[in-house]
Amino acid sequence: MSVKIEHRDKVMTAYLEGEIDHHSARSIREQIDDEAQQSKPQTLLLDFGRVSFMDSSGIGLVMGRFRLMSELGGSLKVVNTPPHIAKVMRLAGMERLNVLEKENGR
Amino acid sequence: MKPVNEMKLVIPSRSANESYARVAVAAFAAQLDPTIEEINDIKTAVSEAVTNCIVHAYRDKIGTIFLTVKLFEEGKISIKIRDSGCGIENVEQAMEPLFTTAGEERAGLGFAVMESFMDKLTVRSKPGKGTTVSMEKRLKARPLRV
Repeated sequence: MSVKIEHRDKVMTAYLEGEIDHHSARSIREQIDDEAQQSKPQTLLLDFGRVSFMDSSGIGLVMGRFRLMSELGGSLKVVNTPPHIAKVMRLAGMERLNVLEKENGR
Repeated sequence: MKPVNEMKLVIPSRSANESYARVAVAAFAAQLDPTIEEINDIKTAVSEAVTNCIVHAYRDKIGTIFLTVKLFEEGKISIKIRDSGCGIENVEQAMEPLFTTAGEERAGLGFAVMESFMDKLTVRSKPGKGTTVSMEKRLKARPLRV
């Protein structure tokens, strides 16, 4: 599992790659939070385009970042979710948080 | 009904084994020629059950997780995941979506995922003795290649 982080204007994008489970979630969380605390972006984009597997640990990851961005006065967007990951997000009722990108989120 | 094939996997409850457990079960289930979606469903359900053993059953220690996977004719797979950890006081409550006793950003969706991604889920638990999670899924009809 790896995370690549990019900043453009006030948008911070975290490109997630690999498998998200309970084991890998902690380091992803720490990397994103460290960066976000420092740069205080207006928008945090979580890009799931290269995530090959995700269980409900990924839901905890998204919810936690949602809370973090609320605290920082910014917003969260989840983009490029592959079908399987969108399925887990739907089951968790993530539509209600209004963070899923419509066109790719399915 | 007798299974046409069966595998057992015994692993210590280390979080690094979450990935190994789901991949091993998926590789075995490949004999049923599942679709990518079916394989992802199975991997996710196994990941949830194994994570429960690690996060809850053996919260403060490393214990043993026992997996038994059986393949049946007509594309049915049964997966049993057993621990001898702390057990669950109230199974019904534990299975409610969003209920969680663990901190660290656990969503409380483990059983909801297992229930939704598999066809059948049974949880048996005795406090102090351990928990057994049994799951079944019938895959779309395909000839068995065992």
